[in-house]
Amino acid sequence: MIQIEKLRKVYRARGREVTAVDGVDLTVREGEVFGVLGRSGAGKSTLLRCVNLLERPDEGRVRVDGRDLLELSGGELRRARQRIGMIHQHFGLLSSRTVAGNVAFPLEVMGVPRAERAARVAELLELVGLTEHADAYPAQISGGQKQRVGIARALAGRPKVLLSDEATSALDPETTASILELLRDLNRRLGLTILLITHEMDVVKRICDSAAVMRQGRVVESGPVRELLLRPGSELARGLFPLPEPVLRGDTTVVDVTFEGESADRPFVSTLARTYSIDVNILGGAVEDIGGTRIGRLRIELPGPPDVNAAQLAHLREAGLTVEVHGVAGDAAGAGDTATEEEAPVS
Amino acid sequence: MTWDEMVPLLRQGTLETLQMTVWSTLFTALGGILLGVLLVLTDRGGLLPAPPVNQVLGVIVNIGRSLPFVILMMAIIPFTRALVGTSIGTQAAIVPLTLSAIPFYARLVETALREVDPGVVAAAQAMGASRVQIVGKVLLREARPGLVAGLTVTVVALISYSAMAGAIGGGGLGDLAIRYGYQRFETGMMLAILVLLIALVQLVQSLGDLAVRRLTHK
Ligand SMILES: Nc1ncnc2c1ncn2[C@@H]1O[C@H](COP(=O)(O)OP(=O)(O)OP(=O)(O)O)[C@@H](O)[C@H]1O
Ligand SMILES: [Mg+2]
Repeated sequence: MIQIEKLRKVYRARGREVTAVDGVDLTVREGEVFGVLGRSGAGKSTLLRCVNLLERPDEGRVRVDGRDLLELSGGELRRARQRIGMIHQHFGLLSSRTVAGNVAFPLEVMGVPRAERAARVAELLELVGLTEHADAYPAQISGGQKQRVGIARALAGRPKVLLSDEATSALDPETTASILELLRDLNRRLGLTILLITHEMDVVKRICDSAAVMRQGRVVESGPVRELLLRPGSELARGLFPLPEPVLRGDTTVVDVTFEGESADRPFVSTLARTYSIDVNILGGAVEDIGGTRIGRLRIELPGPPDVNAAQLAHLREAGLTVEVHGVAGDAAGAGDTATEEEAPVS
Repeated sequence: MTWDEMVPLLRQGTLETLQMTVWSTLFTALGGILLGVLLVLTDRGGLLPAPPVNQVLGVIVNIGRSLPFVILMMAIIPFTRALVGTSIGTQAAIVPLTLSAIPFYARLVETALREVDPGVVAAAQAMGASRVQIVGKVLLREARPGLVAGLTVTVVALISYSAMAGAIGGGGLGDLAIRYGYQRFETGMMLAILVLLIALVQLVQSLGDLAVRRLTHK
């Protein structure tokens, strides 16, 4: 649905150059919710703004629903944008128009006749549950309601794609949850493809099918959320299962074990301890519900350095678990950084 | 001078002042909004960036704003004569009044438009709005309270300029004040004119404030 190829965007201001997006390739499939995560300044917003060409990329291609946007003329681009919804962190509502007036705005832009407009506005307000507030002004409603107006407005042109730039960042956790719920629901009911930007792990956890992590203008990992979580060394997994830097003593092996679904239900720790008659120390862990499956990560400590634990590690892998062994203290990898054993992706 | 002698003169003077003010306000609103929109559009980060045009417009506006009204009025007499056929009278006064108020109001328009949330403009662009639609439906509409507040200030300035215009044959209350109050020491007349001008300014300001309150939904 959205194909981004070799995208580059450089900002030039007073002789200084900032490469905001540095060669990004990304594909968002039809009907999925795709999240882009990253720290502030990673280039997430710039990337998103390149998708509807609010920002013109310096290099690369952007295709939405099969059309290369960079090849369109001014008028064609405007019509294409009418079919790409966008919601914004600070809502971007017209303060001089009522809720209904704001939702009518894109319809006016599209040249929908007045009579049809009223019916469509009512339909859209119903969809986001704001019928009662049709005549209120944005200043009179809450942040969550404002974002609902933003969503209704974005859906006016019956878009196939919705772009969202930190749509919940200005909202409290409860309101965030209800907006995410609404987006998830629209995604399912209308088959709406959603590309969203966020810096909140929780958003990815709740509604994303796939995700990408950006750092300094580049995508450092991307794929289905489930796969990323099971991928050793994944930043997404580290973000979702925050475990402190391991204290490595050299005479033990610190292992992060990621498990999902069925394997989560088996008592692998006690099995391991019994089979090899060793003491297994649990250092930390968490379990999350991701898209209906339980995925968890447990940090355990085995006696003896990694090389004496080869059989034990193999045992865990055979049990269908993803195993990530932390480097040994004093290792060349240095303090703070976690060296990770090379690992085949989970199939 | 008796009250009965004063009333017809005052009525005539007030009508002329209103005439000058209303017409020049109308032309100023049109010209000022047009110029203000152009200043914002052609700015570097604007919707139609054209820095050279922007700079030229900026210089013109600044020149217009730095000329004292009385001097401008005298300086453009040939132009006024070419435009309305005469350089004295109420109609003629409208020309310099408008010309001096447009740059003044254009700056106020520019300020009001700059205060429109750029996020709203970006949202409109993302919805596929054209530049004309953005100017009409977003910038001017969102800036309405500021535009009206600015216009109120401009109208008050126009009323006081129109009194000055009276000094060189423009008619209106200013003309009366000079002919009767200043040259013939008619204190009663002078006081009546002052009261009328103060009332007029108060009225304009109150109406303007009311309109701004009505238009503000913050
Ligand atoms: N209009 C601009 N002019 C110049 N530099 C810009 C502009 N917009 C963004 N940048 C720079 O590009 C880089 C990426 O910015 P961007 O807004 O895409 O980051 P982000 O990941 O969305 O960050 P945040 O989470 O804070 O929103 C930053 O270094 C930023 O300073
Ligand atoms: Mg951003």
